[in-house]
Amino acid sequence: MEIKQTALAGTLESSDVQITLSKGQGINIDLNSSVEELYGKQIKKVITDTLAKYEITDANVKVVDKGALDCVIKARMMAVIQRALGTADQPNWEVL
Amino acid sequence: MEERLRRTMMFVPGNNAGMVKDAGIYGADSIMFDLEDSVSMAEKDAARMLVYQALQTQDYGDAELVVRVNGLDTKYFRNDVFAMVKAGIEVIRLPKVESAQMMLDLVKVVEEAEKEFGREVGSTHVMAAIESARGVLKSLEIAESTDRMIGLALSAEDYTTDMKTHRYPDGAELDFARKMILHAARAAGIAAFDTVFTNMNDVEGFKRETEYIHQLGYDGKSLVNPRQIDWVNEVYKPTKKEIENALDVEAAIEEAHQKGSGVISMNGQMVDRPVVLRAQRVIRLAKAANLINEEGEYIEE
Amino acid sequence: MRKVNTLKNSVGREISDEILEQTGYKPFETTKIGHPEVTYTDHKVRVTKGDDKLVDSLEKVIKDNLKDGMTISFHHHFRNGDFVFNMVMDKIIKMGYKDLTLAPSSLTGIMNDKVIEGIKAGTITNITSSGMRGELGEAISHGLLKNPVIFRSHGNRARSIENGNIKIDVAFLGVPNSDRMGNANGMEGESAFGSLGYALVDAKYANKVVLVTDTIVDYPNTPASINQTQVDYVVKVDKVGDPDRIGGGATRFTKDPKELKIAKTVSDVIVSSPYFKQDFSFQTGTGGASLAVTRFLRQAMLDQGITASFTCGGTTSPIVELLEEGLVKKVMDVQDFDKGAASSMKSNPGQAEIDGSWYADPDNKGAMVDQLDVAILSALELDTDFNVNVLTGSNGEIRGAVGGHQDAGTAKMTIISTPLTRGRIATIVPKVNSVTTPGSSIDVVVTEVGVAVNPARQDLIECFKKHPSINLMTIEELQERAEKIVGKPEKIEYTDRTVALVEYRDGTLIDEIKQVKD
Repeated sequence: MEIKQTALAGTLESSDVQITLSKGQGINIDLNSSVEELYGKQIKKVITDTLAKYEITDANVKVVDKGALDCVIKARMMAVIQRALGTADQPNWEVL
Repeated sequence: MEERLRRTMMFVPGNNAGMVKDAGIYGADSIMFDLEDSVSMAEKDAARMLVYQALQTQDYGDAELVVRVNGLDTKYFRNDVFAMVKAGIEVIRLPKVESAQMMLDLVKVVEEAEKEFGREVGSTHVMAAIESARGVLKSLEIAESTDRMIGLALSAEDYTTDMKTHRYPDGAELDFARKMILHAARAAGIAAFDTVFTNMNDVEGFKRETEYIHQLGYDGKSLVNPRQIDWVNEVYKPTKKEIENALDVEAAIEEAHQKGSGVISMNGQMVDRPVVLRAQRVIRLAKAANLINEEGEYIEE
Repeated sequence: MRKVNTLKNSVGREISDEILEQTGYKPFETTKIGHPEVTYTDHKVRVTKGDDKLVDSLEKVIKDNLKDGMTISFHHHFRNGDFVFNMVMDKIIKMGYKDLTLAPSSLTGIMNDKVIEGIKAGTITNITSSGMRGELGEAISHGLLKNPVIFRSHGNRARSIENGNIKIDVAFLGVPNSDRMGNANGMEGESAFGSLGYALVDAKYANKVVLVTDTIVDYPNTPASINQTQVDYVVKVDKVGDPDRIGGGATRFTKDPKELKIAKTVSDVIVSSPYFKQDFSFQTGTGGASLAVTRFLRQAMLDQGITASFTCGGTTSPIVELLEEGLVKKVMDVQDFDKGAASSMKSNPGQAEIDGSWYADPDNKGAMVDQLDVAILSALELDTDFNVNVLTGSNGEIRGAVGGHQDAGTAKMTIISTPLTRGRIATIVPKVNSVTTPGSSIDVVVTEVGVAVNPARQDLIECFKKHPSINLMTIEELQERAEKIVGKPEKIEYTDRTVALVEYRDGTLIDEIKQVKD
């Protein structure tokens, strides 16, 4: 799937994560997290897995993490992807 | 339908990651994730995803899981219902209900989603929030609209606006609605939830209101803050005398069972069905308040 | 890689042979102190009638008394409003001193920059402290200081000063008032902070005692927590502290529902325990959650008509309120955490100033903590052996303080009050990053999801079972629950180099903290 517009989801509150998704070449993740030493790899894995489910192969992902759990990261990824694809109102039930 | 305690229904804003994460730790009987009023228009999709993911992964213990979806007339409604049914939500709460037909419209979409996602048809329960004069007057038809109904909830903010008044400390403006809704719920055999109390600084006012709706017979109350849970439970805590009496009734039932007798008697008097039902409710409440130990004895506090 | 021979101490921490050989430490074995016979150190007294004590020049005092390689001390009662530490250290660094050992009661955030400057200048080459935070902790964890920092509890610091392990050459003690002879207290003056507790041991044992004050009062000054028989110099300066930042204002009663739930459970645990009876004693910490415990406990005391004989440790306004209400008979006060507690000392005869030794020293003839029934303490991490870490963060960097943790852990029932997770960081873990207080000191762990009791305390388990409102879980269940929420973290990587040594309160080595890999 191709990204149509730059999109943002999530907040900078504690336990949340703010993700910006924009057009790119290949997958580039710019991660800023208070728990990077402990969960950096896991956070990136959730991000790449979610992108793969939507068959997105080219994207820049900017992530500002405030200690979000995996389920929150996944939820914010799905929201930002649907927004970037312009399909926020037509959730992809297969991926969900 | 199985009887369960519904003293406390705690609201959790659906787009607040921290609150969604911690919702399970406060011992609420029901947790209500909100996709409606607490979520701004721009974040409806994100909140839906967040609650969807949380329902799939988080441990909320024994709490009954409820979600308040956006209204029937919004563009979010259908997606909300689909996502929540797919996530296996127990109860969908529909806001601003004014007729049985609205509940049937909800049920139609719920059933569609159940079929789509391979969930057992009929497994998703529903409840109605009554927020207008029309809704109050139609509360019986709403309560009896579908087998999936588990309860009616009064939502006072919109209701008082509709009635051209606002909330007062003594609650006189809600009297008719409270009693009407409670009667409809009882007639239909479902639960009745009182409205939220939003002023966190007025603890005494909260307790007074809770004592009042407890006396009326409400199952419980919708809550905006986890701190209110203990306060409600304190009001719903049965007295020592009630518990001891209920334990006696339970013993009498047990004795009748052992004798193979259909008649339950206590101190030489026959025990009526209402007495049995009330005793069972007292014991459920006493257990929930940790006033009965493993051996089924009353615990002195 | 170089092979390092290590041995494991009784809390399973690897201690390298090299460190044991170089330092002469014994590895930690047990929390039991027993009845050893110890010898207190002597110290020098320069005899004077005292007419030459009051001086204006800090430089001159430093020049006349300080030599390279000496040990200097400070107290941290001004907390983040401290001007004295930076003022004195700045002069010492500028005067070109080398190889000093810095031995303050603790290091607060406002001192961080000056300590880092002193290390870089070669002025400070050794540090012993209760703790350190922020940029300093980070820098030390990444190898700024060649020699390992030694962390000691408040009680152990008093002990180490008494037995000469910390031999203070010059103590620079800031006070909010003094007369020309050195009679001083912490309770009066613009920068009053209340109890002078931790500084009193320095005043007693340092070879030279320099008081630094901005307020000279008429002679003789009473009450005199530090008195003229102990003081060599009184230096008058413009300002010793920022009153607004000393107490940091009153700590607010928390409204966080999770903290309140934990606090309520802590109170329930205490009330359900055999220790909740007439004349019991307790110690609570600082922070909003601790204040909430005090409030819940107050209600339980009122409901059941029980009063406490004393509280000890750091004092807060809510504790002083209990004193004023008659619910607590004595507040044994070693330091004050807020303005209310600091200013009430002079008007409350029941709020008694005690020194660090009286409070918590294991090697004296009995400390307050030895008489304590219930202690409520916090944790950065706690593991399934109940070992507690209050020194290093989840990324392995130093960011805390031993404080009175090990000392108050001797209470008959020590409760750790902590959320199960903080953000995405688990608090209950399989193994703590570093051990500060051994698990055998810890009796009960209270979290928002349940309560775990140390299996060594079957008596408490039996007792709490009779109270279904206390949701008993095993510590392993709590750890699994936490891991289920946050996931399994990656391991922190360390180098071989030791950046800090953590003493147990008896002076044995309970852990060594390694340099964090960049």
